[in-house]
Amino acid sequence: MSKIIDVTMPSLGADMTEGTLVEWQAKPGDTLNKGDIIALLETQKGMIDMEVYQQGVITELLLEPVVSVPVGTVMARMSVAGEAARPAAPEASYPVAQAAAIKSPPVTSDQSQQTVIPQPNRPRQGLLASPVVRKLAAEQQLDLSRLSGSGPEGAILLRDLPANGPEANAAGSPDPAQAMRSAIAAAMAKSKREIPHYYLSLEIDITRAQRWLADFNAERGPEERILLLALLLKAVARSLHKYPALNGYYQQQTFTPNSAIHIGNVISLREGGLVVPAIHDVDQLSVEEIMVRLRDMSERSRRGVLRSSELLDASITVSNMGERGSDLLFGVIYPPQVAIIGIGKPRKTMLIKDDQPELAEVVTVSLAADHRVSDGMTGARFLNALANKLQKPEKL
Amino acid sequence: MNRDELQQAVIEAIQVVAPEIEGDEIDADEALREECDLDSMDYLHFLAALKQSTAINVPDADYGRVDTLNKLLDYLQQAGSQ
Repeated sequence: MSKIIDVTMPSLGADMTEGTLVEWQAKPGDTLNKGDIIALLETQKGMIDMEVYQQGVITELLLEPVVSVPVGTVMARMSVAGEAARPAAPEASYPVAQAAAIKSPPVTSDQSQQTVIPQPNRPRQGLLASPVVRKLAAEQQLDLSRLSGSGPEGAILLRDLPANGPEANAAGSPDPAQAMRSAIAAAMAKSKREIPHYYLSLEIDITRAQRWLADFNAERGPEERILLLALLLKAVARSLHKYPALNGYYQQQTFTPNSAIHIGNVISLREGGLVVPAIHDVDQLSVEEIMVRLRDMSERSRRGVLRSSELLDASITVSNMGERGSDLLFGVIYPPQVAIIGIGKPRKTMLIKDDQPELAEVVTVSLAADHRVSDGMTGARFLNALANKLQKPEKL
Repeated sequence: MNRDELQQAVIEAIQVVAPEIEGDEIDADEALREECDLDSMDYLHFLAALKQSTAINVPDADYGRVDTLNKLLDYLQQAGSQ
């Protein structure tokens, strides 16, 4: 027994309203497993590999790339096993997508008909470009055939266009940096409007952690070294077990703790803006494995291709500014999460231990958390637990 | 490798992580990571690329000795001649 399900344009954040199908990565008749990639999308958050959320066979592809459609638009259909059939798009563990899907206008038949009409004005055969790119190119009188595209089969993407002049911005053109800035602004404004934040910080002695890292890295080449962040993430994940009120999602006046610990990592992009892909089940990974994920993620963020699940389901966020950052970071919670941890820059200082001054290396870790879900004492206990974990780096 | 070739290798390794950087934009006596806006992950990727092209490994403990382009080139020349 099998049944047909819809595969829809996913929402990769409460602020995303539409996405562009750049290319199908599968065809009718293909069997896909959960997590396989069905399409390449271009969104405000950059290029995304869109995954499917259950196993099945593609029966129909309903859109012809390159086309922009609202979140929730049916893009394809799949035949899945009947008994196990669940909703096509992100299930219960992906609340961000659900929240946004509810918020976004329902797709009427009129709209969906519009969206499947192929772009009428393809300038010439073999030249691929998204509608946004075509619109901008027309406004700026650019000859697309003279640009080289960095997308699949040379498709011209927003990032391939020359920087927009001030005229273009004045005319309200959606240049990519501005699109990402708007997306960040929408999420952060919602957070500041709705979430009663409280803020705490604790100076944590990382002398032992740094010594452990120096020992670990001493004999290793750069491709095998571990950064302090990997150790910190592991310590955060392990400390969170006892503080479920900091790890989960607040939606429709209800907090739901998440049993899994998916940590979103703030990655600043060179061209401005940021993305926050998640590492899944951080508490289950070794420090080395966390470092492998971090490397992979930073490389893919730079090339601009992240996976849809990475942007969907972080249950808490860590923002690490590193050595070039500030001493203390006051985070803004990314809804529907309920906490964000900020890591300041490591610095050397004198600590008093057993009434004796001692040279030590410290980092100030901050917590911004949601007062609808937890109180300051909970947050403070969490920070102290984290500090304790970091005194035994070899056990992480 | 002579110093010019090493400099070329360094610039190419930087461009792996920071494609927009041009060699002549870098002040050779200023902090390299600041000049090229490299965070610690970028820096690791850069050192890995440099190790591939020059076969020279800059250990963790030597980061302080290679923090400008000129110091890095001195270091690589010395390591290469050993």
